[in-house]
Amino acid sequence: MTFTYSDVYVNNYATVGGPYEKDGPLGPSIDKVYTNLYAGKKTWEQAEVKMLSDSIDLVLRKSKKNSKDIDLLISGDLLNQVTASSYAALNFDIPFFGIYGACSSSVEGIILMSSLIDGKKIKNGIISVSSHNMSSEKQFRNPTEYGAPKPKTATFTSTGGASIFLSSQKSKIRVESSTIGKVTDMGQTDPFNMGAVMAAAAGDTIYRHLKDMKRSVDDYDLILTGDLGIYGKEILIDYMKKEYDIDLGKNYDDSGTMLYDYAKQKEVLAGASGPLCIAMVSYTSVLPMIEKGKYHRVLLVATGALFSPTFVYQHQPIYSISHAVCLEGIK
Amino acid sequence: MGDIMEKRDYKKIVDRHKPTENRLFNAIIAFAVGGLVGLIGQLLIEFYSSWLSIPTQDATSFMIVTLVFVSCLFTALGFFDKWVTFAKCGLIIPITGFAHSMMSSGMEYRNEGPIFGVGANLFKLAGSVILYGIVAAWFFGMIRFVFLGGV
Repeated sequence: MTFTYSDVYVNNYATVGGPYEKDGPLGPSIDKVYTNLYAGKKTWEQAEVKMLSDSIDLVLRKSKKNSKDIDLLISGDLLNQVTASSYAALNFDIPFFGIYGACSSSVEGIILMSSLIDGKKIKNGIISVSSHNMSSEKQFRNPTEYGAPKPKTATFTSTGGASIFLSSQKSKIRVESSTIGKVTDMGQTDPFNMGAVMAAAAGDTIYRHLKDMKRSVDDYDLILTGDLGIYGKEILIDYMKKEYDIDLGKNYDDSGTMLYDYAKQKEVLAGASGPLCIAMVSYTSVLPMIEKGKYHRVLLVATGALFSPTFVYQHQPIYSISHAVCLEGIK
Repeated sequence: MGDIMEKRDYKKIVDRHKPTENRLFNAIIAFAVGGLVGLIGQLLIEFYSSWLSIPTQDATSFMIVTLVFVSCLFTALGFFDKWVTFAKCGLIIPITGFAHSMMSSGMEYRNEGPIFGVGANLFKLAGSVILYGIVAAWFFGMIRFVFLGGV
């Protein structure tokens, strides 16, 4: 399902990161960094809530808006029952939707919000996402202090919060179109190789977006996938070539490979992941580039692995989903 | 999505991009570190039995207690997880891994309180080891009883 928008604009965005993000190549562009993973709170979960709230707070301040001026807050994260989002939402006087699309939540939120704004139901809204390395590790894997060995294909959940403010008020970036993804099953079962799980969903969504919009890869200055990591990125390039005969070419990149410095940060293995990953990379590097006019048209393809530890233990395959949103610079 | 690639073909692409793990290197490290833990254990037994004049059988228990305490302490101080990530089974298989798994679970869930947190999760990783350890011990005990008459 692909549709276009006529009057939705990106007005502002803000990011909050943890120590690993600070040390990465995008570190200097992050609005607020915590050098401690606890962010002054007692638990990992509360730290995630704090970082998420901070990012909403920052985007409000940057836009010179009050909570009361915002029509809707859509937020997503990885914690059970999307609790980080709900708990952060209490701090703001804004009507709230909590969503779950795993690591595709940011684009899922942008699609929902843009549709509501374009349909004139609301004037503006904030979409926020968060993830926390330790709270995810605790929920999906082993206790954080255990240090269980992981294969090279494992990705490293990014820490922090990111928020974006959309409205019908004209700005330098407009939300042009979006494609809603379908749940995909490629029979993958390895929770330590999420890139392989999600690459197929990303490929399917990119293919359908290009087909529906009657465009080719060259019509985009950048196609950015969510959090496939090094190996998932290679798989996607191969898969697109073989299945759809589409050459992703040099305008393609993966945000999982951009957030951290592989040479210095060995613990990240295959790269960054988490709902925050594509949001943080876009809001710190891609959107500013569109504003500066270096990119004209960008396709953000967020990818999410849909599973829970329970389903994995029950030997079910890991499904995936991917949503795409196209952003355009306005001269 | 009827026209989508077969799972088999997709798996081929995935396998082509799977990095090779340094199995030999990992095995050597685990062997060396595991051996080192064994050596430390033996030295501890020697120390307890000859320097403190404790009977060898008791000295073995003392050695276990010492290793458990040290690995718990290192976990609590926050660097044992990095050692485990590096040495892998070299530290997971000896008694140090058992202690570490309980300590790390306990630390992880301390914020959820003594009952629903630490109490409920302390054996999250170690529980299986204990359960199947006891089951295996029972079976081998029975075999020994049947064939060797309980000697």
